Amino acid sequence: MGLNDLLNHTSEWLKGTGPHSDIVISSRVRLARNIDKLPFPHWGNKKQSEQVLKAIEEAIQRIDYLKPTTVFKLSDIDSLDKQFLIERHLMSIEHAQKADNKAIVIDEDEVLTIMINEEDHIRMQVMQSGFNLFEAWNIINKIDDSLAKELRIAFLPDWGYLTACPTNTGTGMRGSVMLHLPALVITRQIDRVLAAISKLSFTTRGLYGEGTQASGNFFQISNQVSLGHSEEGIIDNLTGLIRQIIEQENQARQAMFSKNQAVLEDRINRSLGILRSAHIISSQETIELLSMVRLGADLGIIKDIDRRRINELFIITLPAHLQKTENKKLTSIERDVKRAELIRNKLNLS
Amino acid sequence: MLCDVCGKNQATVHLTEIIDEQMNELHLCEDCARQKSAQMEQQFGLSDLLAGLAEFEKPAKEAESISLKCSNCGLTHADFKKIGRLGCGECYTSFKKYLGPLLKRIHGSNQHMGKSPLKVTKVLKKKIDLQDLRNSLQKAIEQEAFEEAAKIRDQIRELERKFSQEHSNDTEEKDGTK
Ligand SMILES: [Zn+2]
Ligand SMILES: [Zn+2]
Repeated sequence: MGLNDLLNHTSEWLKGTGPHSDIVISSRVRLARNIDKLPFPHWGNKKQSEQVLKAIEEAIQRIDYLKPTTVFKLSDIDSLDKQFLIERHLMSIEHAQKADNKAIVIDEDEVLTIMINEEDHIRMQVMQSGFNLFEAWNIINKIDDSLAKELRIAFLPDWGYLTACPTNTGTGMRGSVMLHLPALVITRQIDRVLAAISKLSFTTRGLYGEGTQASGNFFQISNQVSLGHSEEGIIDNLTGLIRQIIEQENQARQAMFSKNQAVLEDRINRSLGILRSAHIISSQETIELLSMVRLGADLGIIKDIDRRRINELFIITLPAHLQKTENKKLTSIERDVKRAELIRNKLNLS
Repeated sequence: MLCDVCGKNQATVHLTEIIDEQMNELHLCEDCARQKSAQMEQQFGLSDLLAGLAEFEKPAKEAESISLKCSNCGLTHADFKKIGRLGCGECYTSFKKYLGPLLKRIHGSNQHMGKSPLKVTKVLKKKIDLQDLRNSLQKAIEQEAFEEAAKIRDQIRELERKFSQEHSNDTEEKDGTK
């Protein structure tokens, strides 16, 4: 598999399927693991990080069902492809920063990715469409068991998996759910909801992980505490919290629909109108307008465009995706023109 | 020159990073530079927080803690306080005394309850079963389900008895090696 093959493929998290996929975009579970005795990536030298990379690559090769994965060395990937992987949520921004012996393992379906030599030796994630945390956990748990048969993992019975940063010690697990919460944002209830989440020791991030701003009404919610609870316990808690947020978003949607139907229909259809006719459009504006169109499709206000097509547009209009589709570097203004053209084509099809 | 991170905009900010004693030049566009500095701030924020959390030690012990060093990777406790990251898995044992309270402050607990790499499961599984039983006992008592509670109590006793018997002729499989 080459990276370009991913272009013609819909990422798992964009399929728009799975439970509650009107509000929940995707669920993912990440595990941090390190090899016993070897220094963590930030503290090791070049030779040691090479040893880590080699050991993990060999371990993966010995696991039959991981054979269809492809290993990409970050040193072989140009900056456009790195950005492309970040846009597809396959790689963290931190992993794109220059350092020795980094690699990323990707499976064909883009369900599993393993980052090698990120903050920890192994950062693996499994992604599922919709509200499906337990399924994601079941898959990654199995992969983790297979890797533990091949590698000596740094672990203490009392403290669990040992990670570079003590905030990940214990299970080394982070479950995250990406939510689309336009009604809570429009009705100005979102700050209250986010404040409540942080009091319960869960964190909210933007579309692209740590330090990024929430845009287009997308929010990523994940557990903060990784020690003192079992993996299932953590996922259970997170699942309970997400259920409540889904409920609140649904209530806000219904309230908006019944009280301000004309205003809502106007806003949604204007958004679609701009997307269908604009000739120059930035990615920020695209995300914001698509968010409204998606809400319109969820509420049945827009009937002729399905969720999957809207989801796809979110990603293929991002800068690296546009440039890879066009197969050349584009300046910012060239991108804005190409983006508008692509959106017009996709949305005027029906 | 294009930005090293996004590869799309002109690089206008030029940084030098030192990683592993190697100098790296980083050419960034304004957007990515802003993002990078936000990230750095966050990292510093975190290490400050961790350092702050570790400050609870008594001043008399300070000198001792600063010179404490991991024999496996060479990271000192002072390094850890500065960068907020451990150097290797062994650091956890080297700085055990200081990390226990720190982990408790971060997570509200310093007892792992999750899964383990396959080799250590035998001992740990029992520990976890025991903890689960104790939790259900607590719940049963709270719900005044005393018959249920008595059953669970007996299970706990049985498990504890087995555990201590095996433990005496079975030195702990502790280090996750095979
Ligand atoms: Zn840039
Ligand atoms: Zn160490």
